[in-house]
Amino acid sequence: MTDIIIHCSVALLMPPLLLGVINKTKAAFAGRVGAPYFQPYYDLFKLFRKGTVFSETTTWVFRAGPVITLAATLIAALLVPLGRHAAPLSFSGDMILFAYLFGLSRFFTTIAALDTGSSFEGMGAAREVTFSCLAEPTLFITLITLARMSKSLSLSTILTYPTPANWLAAGASMLLLVGALFITLLAENSRIPFDDPNTHLELTMIHEVMVLDHSGPAFGIILYGAALKLFVLGAVFVNVALPLTTGNPLADWGIFIAAMLGLAVTIGVVESVMARLRMVRIPQLLVGATILSAFAMLLVLR
Amino acid sequence: MNNSLHPLYNGLAIPFAGIPQADAGQFLQTILDAIDRGRRIVSYFGIPGQDAVTLVCVLADKSEGRLGVTRTAAGGGHFPSLANLCPQAQLFEREIAEQCGLIFDDHPWFKPVRFHRPFTPGRDAWNRPAGEPIPVGVMDYFQVEGPEVHEVAVGPVHAGIIEPGHFRFQCHGEEVFHLEISHGYQHRGIEADLFGGPHPRTLHHMETLAGDTTIGHGQAYCMAVEALAGLKVTPRGEVLRGIALELERLANHTGDLGAIAGDVGYLPTSSFCGRIRGDFLNMTAVLCGSRFGRGLLTPGGTVFDLTQGQRDDLLRRLAEARRDLTGAIDLLWNTPSVMGRLEGTGTVSLEMALELGMVGPAARASGIKRDVRHGYPFGIFRMTHLPVATAFHGDVCARTMIRWQEAQKSMDFIDEQLRQLPSGDHRVTTSPLAAGQLVVAMTEGWRGEICHVAITDDLGRFARYKVVDPSFHNWPGLAMALRGQQISDFPLCNKSFNLSYCGFDL
Repeated sequence: MTDIIIHCSVALLMPPLLLGVINKTKAAFAGRVGAPYFQPYYDLFKLFRKGTVFSETTTWVFRAGPVITLAATLIAALLVPLGRHAAPLSFSGDMILFAYLFGLSRFFTTIAALDTGSSFEGMGAAREVTFSCLAEPTLFITLITLARMSKSLSLSTILTYPTPANWLAAGASMLLLVGALFITLLAENSRIPFDDPNTHLELTMIHEVMVLDHSGPAFGIILYGAALKLFVLGAVFVNVALPLTTGNPLADWGIFIAAMLGLAVTIGVVESVMARLRMVRIPQLLVGATILSAFAMLLVLR
Repeated sequence: MNNSLHPLYNGLAIPFAGIPQADAGQFLQTILDAIDRGRRIVSYFGIPGQDAVTLVCVLADKSEGRLGVTRTAAGGGHFPSLANLCPQAQLFEREIAEQCGLIFDDHPWFKPVRFHRPFTPGRDAWNRPAGEPIPVGVMDYFQVEGPEVHEVAVGPVHAGIIEPGHFRFQCHGEEVFHLEISHGYQHRGIEADLFGGPHPRTLHHMETLAGDTTIGHGQAYCMAVEALAGLKVTPRGEVLRGIALELERLANHTGDLGAIAGDVGYLPTSSFCGRIRGDFLNMTAVLCGSRFGRGLLTPGGTVFDLTQGQRDDLLRRLAEARRDLTGAIDLLWNTPSVMGRLEGTGTVSLEMALELGMVGPAARASGIKRDVRHGYPFGIFRMTHLPVATAFHGDVCARTMIRWQEAQKSMDFIDEQLRQLPSGDHRVTTSPLAAGQLVVAMTEGWRGEICHVAITDDLGRFARYKVVDPSFHNWPGLAMALRGQQISDFPLCNKSFNLSYCGFDL
């Protein structure tokens, strides 16, 4: 019961902090002080207190988009085990649900973007679905590989399977999976080198351009949902990459939170030391990630 | 050999009546022959008259450091167009049509440039009714039709903090087939205001023709007035102007390098350059108290002198800024992902750049050795020659590289000039302008060649004052650079040109 409460509160409260840490890291690399760690929370509060403007050309789809996206991501957050503790929700085959919850949220983000009829948002939606077609297999193959290793179809078992001993037994596969998952994490969350979350250039954006017409609380929901998605996929990554377990539940929670913050710093470093890819190069990197995960699966299956 | 091309030099006045008046055929043949021999149009404008429009064309020679001017009278409201034979005449002809109401027959793109009323009321090339407002940017855009071809319209209101301009893309998926750029949102009527000038406010108008090119345009205006008034600027005045011009170049090139890094999402260089640009602006403020060099120049020299203490201060600041800038830019070259993004993006070939008559860093990045400081030296650049940096590829990377090389040369120049500052006065007193003269004053602003042409009437007032900002030559270059490119590369290409909207719109 304690673990469920901690699970829910960490999953609900921590996501914006990750963005704050990423931004602080990037500021440090750029020689700036940067915004406070809690700035994303202040921004969310600000947005939730604002009014919303809806374009006359939009329908209920446009309003449903952010809500369904957030709801789907919240359910996904309940399926992922955090810090070596079983998830509040788990059943055999929940990994399929997990993957398709992201598919559902993406479907509603893109269809809400198309609902506005703006040529920019149409371009963004086209890019988003093109790139996610290439990113989705990686996530699936990774989960299948882990499922095969752990002989289970439930995320709670799959993602707590990597222990130091199991890691060393299948080191090559695990390393490939970590690489593939990190690339997917960056791509799915529209981070550099795939997308630039700070850009204001409507012709180059992918995710940002799809939400241009949202404002106020609806936009706050989108920002929070994006942070939550980063948190959920980050938790999957941390579970696979860091198989540390102490046996003490509270210490495990501490390790998990520290690992998530470390991941945010790593993303910040990656964003600081490299430029965005040309859009035509993005599929190549995504296919590369798929190949990494496919190799990992081959090694497990042989 | 054509005899209607009258020679003249940068910054020297000649009697306007001394320019032989050619007939229309001879005038057009002169321009075509000159362009065939590698010359290019520097300025081409009309002077509205009672029953005919006087057309004046200034052509630049490739090598001799000499300009040529020819003129004709176009009566009857129609004139043959050269745009089909010589693309660089295209925008000039549309501009003349809009200002003077002269219709160019067989012009392939005969539409307004800035959407304003003609100088002479009632003489409108498109017969737009006088009582109704002219909506800017409303015209027939070139369209591509076919399956999967779509149109993307960007602007005039942009997501970023930039000036208003309208861009119409014809795309096939992510690939751009054609880009058409429409301006006019920033039109202020500067040229119309200059009839009968100079007015007390004229110098200030000139300093703000393009807000980031205060010294470039200001100096061109001062040169024109000095030539008409027969003034000779003192060596100290010329050196101070040269330093201000190069500081302006440094500040803008630094800002551009940072903005290019920012567009590809490379934060460190972007942030550092933003600060270092401020350092260069502050150095300009040491000269005159304004970070943008406003109020430094005056016909006859500079308003402010430089004290020994300020000189030492500038030298110290320059050394610091050079160290910081070198570090920030080296990061850019040493990051493979940045180079991968810049190389091969937005290429303008040498042939294209020559045909469009491009100028400035954008032309030099395509391999054209074209620099007013070198080709038609003015001011202090008659004594000190700056090397002209050129590149070959004509892509975003080349335009970035050229900026950095020019910045280094400018820092060398400022350092050298500050150490050997001539003594003497920095300013001479002005005198009235001579009557019936024509002067062409060209400077190399940070964007490229700035050309001001002044013609005085019998009373020594401006009968016509024509301004050509480098952006006027280079906007078509940006449109061509985008052909066959990804639409997502447009902001980066745009930033690598960084052209002026208000300098174009005047």
